[in-house]
Amino acid sequence: MMRSASSNLIVRVTARFVAPVIQIFALYVLFHGHYSPGGGFQGGVMIAASIILLRLALGNRETRPLISTAVATRGAALGALIFLAVGALAFRYGGEFLDYGMIPFSDDESMRRSHGILLIEVGVALACACALTAVYDDLGEAPGRGEERSGD
Amino acid sequence: MIDFFAEHYSHVCIVVLIGVGFFGMVGKRNLVKKLIGMSVLQSAIILFWLVAAFKEDATIPIVKDGVSPIVPEEYVNPLPHALMLTAIVVAVVTSGVAIALLVKIYRNYGTLEEDQILEQL
Amino acid sequence: MRPDLLNHAPILIILLFLGGAMVAVLAGLLQRRLAQPWAVGITGSATLLSLFGLARVLQEGALRYQLGGWRAPIGIELIYDPLSAFLVVVICAVSLLVLIHGRRIVPEEIPGREVPFFAVALMLIGGLCGIVLTGDLFNLYVFIEIVSLSSYALLGIGTKRSPLSAFRYLVMGTTAGSFYLLGLALIFMRTGTLNMTDLAEILPFVSGQVPVLVGLAFILVGLSLKAAIFPLHGWLPDAYTDGCSTATALIAPLGTKTALYAILRFVFFVLAPAYGAGAAPIGTIVAYAGAAAIVWGSFMAMSQKELKRMLAYSSVAQVGYIALGIGLGSRYGLIGAVLHILNHACMKACLFLVTGNLRRNVGHSYLPNLDASVRREMPWSMAAFCVAAISMIGLPPTAGFFSKWYLALGTVEAGQWPLLVALLVSTLLNGVYFFRIFEQVYLKPAREGASGREARGEAPLSMLVPTLIFAVLLLILGIGNVYIVTTFLEPIWAGVL
Repeated sequence: MMRSASSNLIVRVTARFVAPVIQIFALYVLFHGHYSPGGGFQGGVMIAASIILLRLALGNRETRPLISTAVATRGAALGALIFLAVGALAFRYGGEFLDYGMIPFSDDESMRRSHGILLIEVGVALACACALTAVYDDLGEAPGRGEERSGD
Repeated sequence: MIDFFAEHYSHVCIVVLIGVGFFGMVGKRNLVKKLIGMSVLQSAIILFWLVAAFKEDATIPIVKDGVSPIVPEEYVNPLPHALMLTAIVVAVVTSGVAIALLVKIYRNYGTLEEDQILEQL
Repeated sequence: MRPDLLNHAPILIILLFLGGAMVAVLAGLLQRRLAQPWAVGITGSATLLSLFGLARVLQEGALRYQLGGWRAPIGIELIYDPLSAFLVVVICAVSLLVLIHGRRIVPEEIPGREVPFFAVALMLIGGLCGIVLTGDLFNLYVFIEIVSLSSYALLGIGTKRSPLSAFRYLVMGTTAGSFYLLGLALIFMRTGTLNMTDLAEILPFVSGQVPVLVGLAFILVGLSLKAAIFPLHGWLPDAYTDGCSTATALIAPLGTKTALYAILRFVFFVLAPAYGAGAAPIGTIVAYAGAAAIVWGSFMAMSQKELKRMLAYSSVAQVGYIALGIGLGSRYGLIGAVLHILNHACMKACLFLVTGNLRRNVGHSYLPNLDASVRREMPWSMAAFCVAAISMIGLPPTAGFFSKWYLALGTVEAGQWPLLVALLVSTLLNGVYFFRIFEQVYLKPAREGASGREARGEAPLSMLVPTLIFAVLLLILGIGNVYIVTTFLEPIWAGVL
């Protein structure tokens, strides 16, 4: 039994209006992560919050095709792999794991580290958002169905 | 006595929260309430780390452009805040796994009260 | 192997497992049957890498790996010395054999959920290697929580009771992790550092202060619950019994042992200069808790009727042996404890794999119903069970005898006679509950018409070969224990004092 859309028109319209604003604010928090409060985990949680808000207000039937559970599971794994790939990129340029100072992004060492951290935070945000969405999808189903899922 | 509470009010609040968390875990019979108690305990300990970071008359640890030399006593210690981000993520994942287990328990036993589940075993 | 790649060996091993878990999720969604071979492949490559890394460490000395290029004590470092390299090899090798064994039994016990099972199993093994390798106390907390969360997830799928046992384990384990964090906060407030070697240098200056003592107490209590030292072991019997065979076989030999290894590192390498290894009361409390665990675990195991539950209580007793060795603080005690970590990993893995074979082919592992028909149908599995049981009791030339011998020498060296008595009594008790099984399987005649089920014969090769490899390994480890002690274990003691 999929959750149906809210019957209240105000709820549906407000959710549709607020969700993109939340996502833009989440991007703001993500990009400011490495020198002010914020970062990948916080931005990812806010993106997931916007998706869950839409699921609650508009119902699963409308929102599932946009970001389905399968996409969410793959996205979570992909985000973690982006993190590990950027960290492992440092091996190629002679540093230890996560040593962004060695990857040639720019001339200044602190800017190199800043860009490395930003890439990592993007991976973390993707992983967090998709993981929390997948968790909500899993837990939001009615008890007693016990169907097989093929993802985490 | 009042001076003690006034000076250390943050530590007293954290001890009260730890007590609330333990009471929830041990004293309540519903599994969800036990989970909430555990979550309160984790939050109390995260707050304890943040209390450790505080310095008197210090400001947030963001350096304005052009300020040099940087005096460490003027900035709050940012390390516990960064560590507690990780701890908060761990707490969130623990809650997620716990709720997934609770959903499975409900499917298997039909109830979330511990004494009713123990009767069914 | 390219030497510059080996310089990164410690982090590469952890990365292999964590990256492998993520790829397992991606690949397994395409084709469900790919999950187990991928897991075995990743674990196999990690085992090879750890063997090369061990060879390098023995040749060139310990390696301290600074993550992110930040030098310790500011950055996080990984310590790759002979002891941790050796334990990483043990973890990877034992997990490899258990995962190979899981190919048949995982789809049968938990159909449809192989992909999440093997992905979470890879994360578990990665976390175990991380606990052994890390040199930073907060990084240790993160890896301990990775291992614990993966354990809750793995032990929660299986029978009808498993989510409940896993939930109880979760609440207790998270409380333990919170205690560890609380203790770490107190120590960080007083010393300002989280690095293990740096803390060892600073601790003598602050060792008398109350916050430091309270912090150390909280840390030890938290780690003791994760290691299931008596009386903080209450989660273990239910959690291990109700999990599926491969999950228990993966977690039981390794999970509590890495927590014990964390306690060992903490007591000997961090506390040692300030408090003296073996100085009361930390050493005495841990040693006597270990002795109580040994006696209590053996008594409870004797009264169990189901094989898996009996093995779980026996695990409580074995953890007691290692805790006793750590608490003694003497040279032989430490050697006996680390040797017992290695031996117990092989013994318990072998026993739980045999339990999996039994459950698959005979349909149950309920002890009163076992009879000689089991011996006739599964001769090789029962032979491996015999070798492992003899090793658990502690008879030469199996590996178990030598680790108990070193522990006994340690108690004599430290002059603690009650602990020696506890060791001997438990050996007798172990003999009781294992010989009971021997008597049923080898001496009792088969009941007539007992099998309403068709005889399924011996376990298939993919399940039988890992079991037999463990049994042979126990004999090899026993006969070759002198080499192991002199190459890997004696240098630790030299590094401690």
